[in-house]
Amino acid sequence: MRILIVGGGMGGTILGNNLARRLAPEIRAGKVKLGMLSASDKHMYQPGLLYMALGRMTPDELYRDQASLLEPGIDFQVDPVEAFELDKNQVKTKGGKTHAYDILVIATGSRPVPEMIPGLAEGAETFYTEQTALKMFKRLQSFQGGKVVVAVGVPHKCPMAPLEITFMLHDYFKDRGIRDKVQLHYTYPIGRVHSLEPVAKWAQPEFDRLGITYETLFNVKEVDAKGQVLKSEEGGAVKYDLLVSIPAHKGMEVIEKNKLGAGGFIPTDKTKLTMEGRPNVYVIGDTTNIPISKAGSTVHYQAETLGENIAAIVKLGAPVREHDGKVFCFIETGKDRATYAMFNYTTPPDPKPPTKAVHWFKMAYNKLYWTSARGLL
Amino acid sequence: MAERIVVDARGSFCPGPLMELIARLKFASVGDEVEVLSTDKGSAADIPEWVKKVGHELLEAREDAGVWHIALKKLK
Repeated sequence: MRILIVGGGMGGTILGNNLARRLAPEIRAGKVKLGMLSASDKHMYQPGLLYMALGRMTPDELYRDQASLLEPGIDFQVDPVEAFELDKNQVKTKGGKTHAYDILVIATGSRPVPEMIPGLAEGAETFYTEQTALKMFKRLQSFQGGKVVVAVGVPHKCPMAPLEITFMLHDYFKDRGIRDKVQLHYTYPIGRVHSLEPVAKWAQPEFDRLGITYETLFNVKEVDAKGQVLKSEEGGAVKYDLLVSIPAHKGMEVIEKNKLGAGGFIPTDKTKLTMEGRPNVYVIGDTTNIPISKAGSTVHYQAETLGENIAAIVKLGAPVREHDGKVFCFIETGKDRATYAMFNYTTPPDPKPPTKAVHWFKMAYNKLYWTSARGLL
Repeated sequence: MAERIVVDARGSFCPGPLMELIARLKFASVGDEVEVLSTDKGSAADIPEWVKKVGHELLEAREDAGVWHIALKKLK
């Protein structure tokens, strides 16, 4: 049995380690081959970028060597896939190799595409890459006051990020003693301040209490970077002095080029995690088109379900459970307090009042992530 | 003949049916028809309101066995 994982991010790494442990006897006996193909020899802890933009984490804290995170049973190669030949059960790589498989897992993730909105890349600060998070950190340090507008593109990775950056900016400016010189203005694409209704019901009065203004049904259409004006699909326009963007995302280019799904998101069965029409191809994380949060937590739980199921296919001949859509997202509500949202396909979240304890749990998780990626937590 | 794209957002709490629709429309062509399936009754009001505000054409909004089917044509 040849199992091939394409993608070495959080989903691919947790799944690979999970399978390497579950299938250790079969791998040792040569009955199972477990491979992983990735575009990079480095693994980034992406949630750390939010902290880096505010000067609370440094670039070196975000990375580990990918090989150091993997169980020895995984044949890891840095050689990105260029062609998915699903009818032949094989992929071809940039390095010119062909890898045949019996089971394929696609976990290539998503990427920010600020260029989809005219003027956004030039006019806005963002924190979704190391380079842009560093740029935003420097811009914030030199900012002395004015109107700060938060703009949210769709779809985006980490649904809590718009709220988190807004609350954290409030404390950042307060600590610098210039909060009274800053107007914080939050915009959001739908008719409330967050997609999760219970979270929106909690966040809106918090905005009122902290003096953060907000505007809903606001989908970014274009940015006049010279005139410093943000315009919406709905006909709105907002002046800004500093624009912070949660950019829209697409799936990876290789998914689009291989025509596996619109926008680079692959049609996926939400309980089986199989690609539509392809029972031996699984898709997890941001790569799917499942209507669920694009978040590390989402793929963490998907990887655990899939690990159990693929191991069961090897050992029992069939998968053993359906995925329930579990998500657990921390929500930083400032510099020193946090809450969380936990939900699945059938049960909505019930967020609790923020506490310092949950914030420190998140701080601990920022370090514990590496044990999570190794499949230990 | 316009393509009808189905966005199955049944049981989606986050990002939810309207956000799923907005996301899918970004990758659709002008003239495409998009149908959202939602089990959130709020969608029956939220989605038509947004469609009208942005200027797309609402084709239908009906409930069938607890599932809302809301269809629109992308006009821009």
